[in-house]
Amino acid sequence: MTDTATSSISIRAAVEERLAQRYRAESRFRGYGIGAVLLSFLILVFLLGSITLQGLSAFSVYELDLDVELEASLVDPVGDRSETSLRQGSYSRVLQNAMREQFPEVRDRRDLRALFQLYTPLNAPRLMQAVIDEPALIDQTHRFRMPISDEMDLYLKGLLVEERVIAASGGLSLAGDGAVIDLRSDTPIFHTLLEDLRTLLNAEADALDARARGLEVQEEVGLAGDAGNADRARQLRQRALLLREQADAADGRLALDGSMPSLIVEAGGGAIKLTELTVDGLAARGEPLLAPQGEQFYDWSLRVIDTPADRRRVSDNQLVWTRALVARGLVKQRFNGYLFTNADSREPELAGVKGAFFGSILTMLVTMLLSVPIGVAAAIYLEEFARKTVFTDLIEVNINNLAAVPSIVFGLLGLAVFINIFGMPRSAPLLGGVVLSLMTLPTMIIATRAALKAVPPSIRQAALGVGASRTQTVFHHVLPLAAPGILTGSIIGLARALGETAPLLMIGMVAFIADAPSLDLSGLTEPATVMPVQIYLWYDGAERAWEARTAAAIMILLVMMIGFNALAIYLRRRFERRW
Amino acid sequence: MNEQQDIKIKVRKVNVFYDDVPALIDVSIDIPDRSVTAFIGPSGCGKSTFLRCLNRMNDTIEGARVEGSLTIDGEEVNDPALDPVVLRARVGMVFQKPNPFPKSIYDNVAYGPRIHGLAQSAEQLDVIVEESLRKAGLWDEVSDRLQQPGTSLSGGQQQRLVIARAIAVNPEVILMDEPCSALDPIATARIEELIDELRENYTIIIVTHSMQQAARVSQKTAFFHLGELVEFGPTESIFTNPQDQRTQDYVMGRFG
Repeated sequence: MTDTATSSISIRAAVEERLAQRYRAESRFRGYGIGAVLLSFLILVFLLGSITLQGLSAFSVYELDLDVELEASLVDPVGDRSETSLRQGSYSRVLQNAMREQFPEVRDRRDLRALFQLYTPLNAPRLMQAVIDEPALIDQTHRFRMPISDEMDLYLKGLLVEERVIAASGGLSLAGDGAVIDLRSDTPIFHTLLEDLRTLLNAEADALDARARGLEVQEEVGLAGDAGNADRARQLRQRALLLREQADAADGRLALDGSMPSLIVEAGGGAIKLTELTVDGLAARGEPLLAPQGEQFYDWSLRVIDTPADRRRVSDNQLVWTRALVARGLVKQRFNGYLFTNADSREPELAGVKGAFFGSILTMLVTMLLSVPIGVAAAIYLEEFARKTVFTDLIEVNINNLAAVPSIVFGLLGLAVFINIFGMPRSAPLLGGVVLSLMTLPTMIIATRAALKAVPPSIRQAALGVGASRTQTVFHHVLPLAAPGILTGSIIGLARALGETAPLLMIGMVAFIADAPSLDLSGLTEPATVMPVQIYLWYDGAERAWEARTAAAIMILLVMMIGFNALAIYLRRRFERRW
Repeated sequence: MNEQQDIKIKVRKVNVFYDDVPALIDVSIDIPDRSVTAFIGPSGCGKSTFLRCLNRMNDTIEGARVEGSLTIDGEEVNDPALDPVVLRARVGMVFQKPNPFPKSIYDNVAYGPRIHGLAQSAEQLDVIVEESLRKAGLWDEVSDRLQQPGTSLSGGQQQRLVIARAIAVNPEVILMDEPCSALDPIATARIEELIDELRENYTIIIVTHSMQQAARVSQKTAFFHLGELVEFGPTESIFTNPQDQRTQDYVMGRFG
């Protein structure tokens, strides 16, 4: 008796001793789980957050409302208001005239060219279409709305150049006319800038001297190199010397050039670009980019554009003109509807996802109509009707393997078989849908089989017992119970197909398509592209404005995917039966 | 009362193999019409296998092979020309665990008549459903909620629903595979009452683990052991005066 008592006590002690350890292991495991969930959540937040931050600016666009004179002589050359005549009109001229009207003082050829770069010439066909749609506009003044050029859009959003505005206290007086204006400020507002600019020049000179020194050392040491090292060193030294002279401003005036930040005085509705600063910090000289009204001002400011003119593609007068248009209320920031209503374009400001969106929808439609019935039917046959033979085992193994094949292989298949042998139209949603449905089929079959397997055999037995045939059992009883699982599987497969790019690249859906395919049967054979491919093409674009648009297109694609998954959850809830 | 009953089912030398492993060996038996026949025996003795031969449910099992002759009213069950669908409309089955369809109560009962085309109109179908539910003793409890799912009923009610479903196609034979093993004693009593009422119109074969149930419910009893039919006779004599030693041992409770 005492033996059992002691042994039970020692068992109890052993269990309790281990207990603390087991609980510790359990809470550690829970900690790992929570940590994993948190980490994934953080990664997701980071991903979505960075995409959203980058893409947000693309959802707004600065638009210019220009009153254009639709003179019949320009717009309707033949004179009969027919569409053929209207199509021969010179709409870019109309736009240019309207711009000239805004800035009549701009005469120089080069300046005019710069002025007309504030909007893209692709707007001329848009104007033409407006006139064709409403011929009553001929010989009228029409308020035409167009997006400003992508660079000016970036500038106004503060994404193009580094700039700051110094509000001036004290007065400003101007003297002179025409091309040269002398400015006098009550306060030494230019003083800090002077010092900054001198430091900048000296720093550049130091850099040049350092490079020259490097070349001279090479020459001294006798390193095998070009014979011209000594000459190049001399040139660099000379340039450095010139820069130091400039910084010294021995004659009391510091000259400003394109390698230095631009200084623009804004007063009286005008803008004067400074070409010289006097050393006392009170006076300057400049050329008027936009004529100011008046000669004495108490309310004026100095705009400093830190990115030198030499290092940017937009010139000072372009920036000044754009600001003037904003001040006149002609340029406003609005929601970027072009992103949704336009198809792809060479110009970022007019580019939209409509083409890719419709292309995706058409492709998905074909994929769905092919892969869901074929996949479900194949799974039903394999699971419910086929007898287990070596042949069916082989098929099952192959299906599982096909589900893991890299998607680009299906693209090769599409290229080799569907385009070359069957002659299907390249780059069409029909072909894309067929290729993607081949890719989705294995997943569909596997998901459907799993859903069918999950239906308990008692249901089948009950149905057979009542005298239902095999087919009736499957379609009246098994399939409705397996429906939620089949739905989920098909939508997951389709959502994956929505995001596939590689196979579609191979069959040619990577071309630049400027029109959206029509949402009907004919659209199936028109050349199109899909959302992921569009994102890739925009990512590849040279202009900086494509960056934000790429992120915006990614956001739109993500919303589509979330929509798909939400649909899956909703349908699943609706069709789920309690059993 | 000694009624000379007609023989409904004649079985001669039936052998059943699962992948060449024998499950039933040379079984021969005559099942009388309009009475309850009980199959008893220890687990794995082949009673359920034999039951499934009668409505060809063994066809759905991979590797099952049935040899021998089974006739119902003279018609050979295993005739390849006989469609199992037709057979199963004549021979209904009730399973161990109640398995109503996940449809409404009405649709559960109406499914059989629908697919076999037994009703010409919606009203006729309603009549069939009501009659079947009445015969199964369930009508009073569910007449006001026929559209509710069959799975919302209690275990005993579900089993009666399943019986109603089997009756709805107007079978001649009803096979019951341990129908009360998942039910509580009160529900069991009700089902046994029901079986007693049903035997006036149907041939019933019930497989049961409970000898007391067999004694209560059946007129004739067959004892199976290791795939063989050991003894078959009137229920009373099987229990009070078994001929075979194995029967005696089982009935006395020495094994099983």
